[in-house]
Amino acid sequence: MSVLVGKDTRLLVQGITGSAGGFHAKQMIEYGTHVVGGVTPGRGGEKFEANKTAVPVFDTVAKAVKETGANATCIFVPPPGAADAILEAFDAGVALVVCITEGIPVADMLQVRRVLEGLGGKTRLIGPNCPGIITPGGCKIGIMPGHIHKAGHIGVVSRSGTLTYEAVGQLTALGIGQSTCIGIGGDPVGGMDFVDALELFQADADTHGVILIGEIGGGAEERAARFIKEKMNKPVAAFIAGTTAPPGKRMGHAGAIIAGGKGTAAEKIRALEAAGARVAPTPSDMASTLAGMMKH
Amino acid sequence: MKIHEYQAKQIFARYGVPIPRGYPAFTVDDAESAAKKLGQETGSPVVVVKAQIHAGGRGKGGGVKVAKGGAGEARELAQKILGMQLVTHQTGPQGQKVRRLYIEQGLDIARELYLGAVIDRDRRRIAFMASTEGGVEIEKVAAETPEKILTVHVDPAVGFAPYQARELAFGLGIGGKDTLGKFVKLMRALYEVVVKEDCSLCEINPLVVTKGNDIVALDAKMNLDDNAEFRHPEWHDLEDKDEEDPVELEAKAAGLNYVSLDGNVGCLVNGAGLAMATMDIIKHFGAGHGVAPANFLDVGGGANQEQVTKAFKMILKSPKVKAIFVNIFGGIMKCDVIANGVVAAARELGLKVPLVVRLEGTNVELGRKILSESGLAIQAAGTMADGAQKVVAAIGGAR
Repeated sequence: MSVLVGKDTRLLVQGITGSAGGFHAKQMIEYGTHVVGGVTPGRGGEKFEANKTAVPVFDTVAKAVKETGANATCIFVPPPGAADAILEAFDAGVALVVCITEGIPVADMLQVRRVLEGLGGKTRLIGPNCPGIITPGGCKIGIMPGHIHKAGHIGVVSRSGTLTYEAVGQLTALGIGQSTCIGIGGDPVGGMDFVDALELFQADADTHGVILIGEIGGGAEERAARFIKEKMNKPVAAFIAGTTAPPGKRMGHAGAIIAGGKGTAAEKIRALEAAGARVAPTPSDMASTLAGMMKH
Repeated sequence: MKIHEYQAKQIFARYGVPIPRGYPAFTVDDAESAAKKLGQETGSPVVVVKAQIHAGGRGKGGGVKVAKGGAGEARELAQKILGMQLVTHQTGPQGQKVRRLYIEQGLDIARELYLGAVIDRDRRRIAFMASTEGGVEIEKVAAETPEKILTVHVDPAVGFAPYQARELAFGLGIGGKDTLGKFVKLMRALYEVVVKEDCSLCEINPLVVTKGNDIVALDAKMNLDDNAEFRHPEWHDLEDKDEEDPVELEAKAAGLNYVSLDGNVGCLVNGAGLAMATMDIIKHFGAGHGVAPANFLDVGGGANQEQVTKAFKMILKSPKVKAIFVNIFGGIMKCDVIANGVVAAARELGLKVPLVVRLEGTNVELGRKILSESGLAIQAAGTMADGAQKVVAAIGGAR
């Protein structure tokens, strides 16, 4: 029944008194997400009013978890304090940490990542710089437009926010619903990657197929291809953005060297197709490519 | 953000990474007096006159010259280099005008090595790479003889461990006790630079061993992580606007993510991934018809109407744009905000080229209504593919 989030999710919103945090907290509550509390240091004891409900605000994540039994958090804290907010959530033992914030320094994320690796898998981080995660009809954590989704059996995982919406929009237009959609974010250093998401989708009986949306840079898509080949028996359709991106505009040349010649769209497409995934020729064909595989 | 060699070296000096003596020069007179001063300080008349631009390959392009005869010769060389249009493999054929020089002491070089630090996104660590093949294009070394590149990854909880520095040193053939110690010290200082100064890339090519067994950073290339700007107010002074594309600067000031490209379709999109995919689909349908994207423009998720207006005006003003494709999947971004921004810009500047708009997502009905009531000649598209095909047809038909 979907992955990571659902009806049992009890969500905190870190930065709930800020404009983005407040706006999206309301949207999430409206969608039906069980928002049990908010965290803003120095504002503990206040109430966050939204759609006839009042959500308690706490000074610390630890206190919020203790009082509400929260098992997930969504972070809208601005970049200077965002890495600290993630670490606070880790320390409070929150099982799922979703960080929406865009613009966190890489040096900060390197430290967050190091701490995450020391937690031995009991905490998952999604993001930063991502739209979040949604199980349609059950739970929405993040900033995606809820109304374009439809409950069903396709998993979506993507490094890009708006391209995820594009894929979901195409699926819903074809009458195909989604089990869970995960935006893992576009930053060079973050939490969950494609392989983590594919593992969950492969193990989920309710997910029958997957759309994977990657982009140029790094080797995450190549690792995903290896996983698809070795461990997956569910159909995977993919799209890689950036086939025509001018080289050097996005990544310094030393970045390309360390990846050992990996990182181009052509390499990624070749790896995915060799693994049995089908790569959509244009971003308009993501859902139809998967639909074509589901029939067989 | 990129900075100049001399700026990177000033940062190196603060952390104890050894650099040659040198002074920046903005005029020919500056260059001459810098050379004179270096002569007095070092006791040698030999100086190097180095063009300061934000691109590599300066030596090959004629932007780095040695003056063996002292200040007078340095002045002559400065006269030649300052103001020249320097073309390297990284500047493109139009080159980059040289406005600043760096005058540096000459060294007796025994060996040239390569050293680079980069964020390895697959390992989620800072990686340091070293090679005996210094002074040449490292891309070539990586492609032809990858075994000549040594790599270590740094654990952020520990920092750059001395054993890792020794590992690199022995791999590079630096074994003498004296030089080994100098190398280890340099590497640890360099790691401090990378972390504390928020570098996304830091390269020393070449790192030289002098005949006197000193280890010195003869060149320095440093890119800074734009995300860390909030904690580096001093970066403001490092910025050199002459080195940036003026249109991209204008976009940055307006909070937009813009990259100039060579094609003829102006694109306005929300989200980096969708913006890249929009370029891809225009090329997919436009290849063979002479149709390609003129820019990458991501208005982001939180743009207001003024920013959208600004973005659309930038596209309208570009002389190479023969048609425009607006592709929006509204999430946080609302379609009516985009529509109002487009209409406001088009009313002010006039719409002289075909405009194809594809709107989807939040407030899509309102957005479509604003566009259809505007009286502008807009072709609505149902999907990305439909939009891309319409924009290709529009340019093909206009010929």
